[in-house]
Amino acid sequence: MLKEKPLLKVRELTCIFGIGCSKCNSSTGLLAETNICSYCGSIVACADVSFDLYDGEILGIVGESGSGKTTLVKCLYFDTPASAGEVYFRAYKDGKVNILALTAQEKRHIRHHLMGMVYQDHHDGLNLDFTAGGNIAEKLIAAGTYHVGQIRSRAAELLQRTEVLVACMDDLPRFFSGGMKRRVQIAKALANNPPLVLLDEVTTGLDVSVQARVLDLIKKLQRELRLSMIVVSHDLGVIRLLTNRTMVMKTGRVVEMGLTDQILEDPQHPYTQLLVSAIL
Amino acid sequence: MADMLKVLGLTKIFTLHLLGGKKVVGCKGISFCLRAGEVLGISAPSGAGKSTILKCIYRTYIATAGQALYLSSDGNIIDLIQASENDIISLRQREIGYVSQFLRVVPRVSAINVVAEKLLINGWEESKALKVSASLLEYLGIPKDLWEASPVTFSGGQQQRINIARAVINRPRLLLLDEPTASLDDQAKQRINDLILDLKRSGSAILIASHDRENLELVSDRILFLNYVDEANLRRESINVCKVAHN
Repeated sequence: MLKEKPLLKVRELTCIFGIGCSKCNSSTGLLAETNICSYCGSIVACADVSFDLYDGEILGIVGESGSGKTTLVKCLYFDTPASAGEVYFRAYKDGKVNILALTAQEKRHIRHHLMGMVYQDHHDGLNLDFTAGGNIAEKLIAAGTYHVGQIRSRAAELLQRTEVLVACMDDLPRFFSGGMKRRVQIAKALANNPPLVLLDEVTTGLDVSVQARVLDLIKKLQRELRLSMIVVSHDLGVIRLLTNRTMVMKTGRVVEMGLTDQILEDPQHPYTQLLVSAIL
Repeated sequence: MADMLKVLGLTKIFTLHLLGGKKVVGCKGISFCLRAGEVLGISAPSGAGKSTILKCIYRTYIATAGQALYLSSDGNIIDLIQASENDIISLRQREIGYVSQFLRVVPRVSAINVVAEKLLINGWEESKALKVSASLLEYLGIPKDLWEASPVTFSGGQQQRINIARAVINRPRLLLLDEPTASLDDQAKQRINDLILDLKRSGSAILIASHDRENLELVSDRILFLNYVDEANLRRESINVCKVAHN
């Protein structure tokens, strides 16, 4: 049937904080039930993570604290250097080069033009001393748009798309509500029309009614712009509503991966069964 | 006419790790065929495995053994149980519809948009999709002043109709219905039956799981009966008995 190449190919992605040693992998993980290597004290945030992401797909990554899901996404966005593994991104040189091994300049190019990221902590995703429009402009300028008129009109367009009042373009997001800050982040992430958007706990910490609105917005944008997304969440309800496929992580390892409804209704792995049984 | 769906030896055994690896049989050794333009009912008491069969075909459950050979729109036969996840996602979007017993929607999305979603995913233009959605809502008797409301607030029977509407709006080639008329009054049941017969006439293959034997006999061409065997030992074996209903 479909034989298209995946947009993103992640192979054996590993991220270790600390000196690392030959025993790190074997002394941490699911059986050891810890992220900390007992030999060298390094933290194995994630190890041997492999998956494919196809065009127009929304992949969920779910797990509890310490599962490695945020670290994984930060490695993909180059916020954190990966210790090992390979990532092939079809939008960059047709997926023929490992993007983890690129120069800083080449990585910056990917960050600015080909990926967008929405952070859990607003301080990571926005500069709270810039206006909402200024934050979006930051991303546009990084990609080479310098014309002020173009920047302003593009920022206005994005804010409108993410249902932020365009009149707030010149206000500081410091004074915005949590939901509005998230939406400015989404607008910023979409600034340069990236094919891949990474969302880290995009509804966490928001009021229930605001969560609903953000979820609806994300679904709509994904469909209209045909985005591929990775949605990190510890909330299985969000995962169910947004994603087609889901990856379950624990202590830095992938536990199970499959169609989202299958993971939630017919979990195979004992840990997944435990996780799913805890839904309120 | 070739079979649209051929199920062979479908078996699903659940392993409950939280109970120390206890095994529960969902269904065992199920085999049947379904042609285009045919309606097959699955009749059984509650818990006998009707939903399990549908969910194994739709891949919500991973079957333990067996095959579900489906003739897709491009002429290829694909085993739904072994197919790749992406193939399943694509088939679900375009050709295979499933109506579960429960309605789960993103809150705050209006009923008319919930129903139109499948068309929008398939590239339909928004105004056209909403028009089709509106006519379907009208046909199913959902009051017009509720179309802009979120179905989360609707009655059980209305939610069920929304659930069915959103699965059939793109006229899927294979439709799996799990207790479609459970919460409905007679008039709504009739409307759903008419909808099923309309889809059948246009060539869809339809599988309906229901404990409402009477209603099932009204729409089905054939009915599959599932039985318990050896219930005392909690080991269930489902036996096929096909009965030709009047039609």
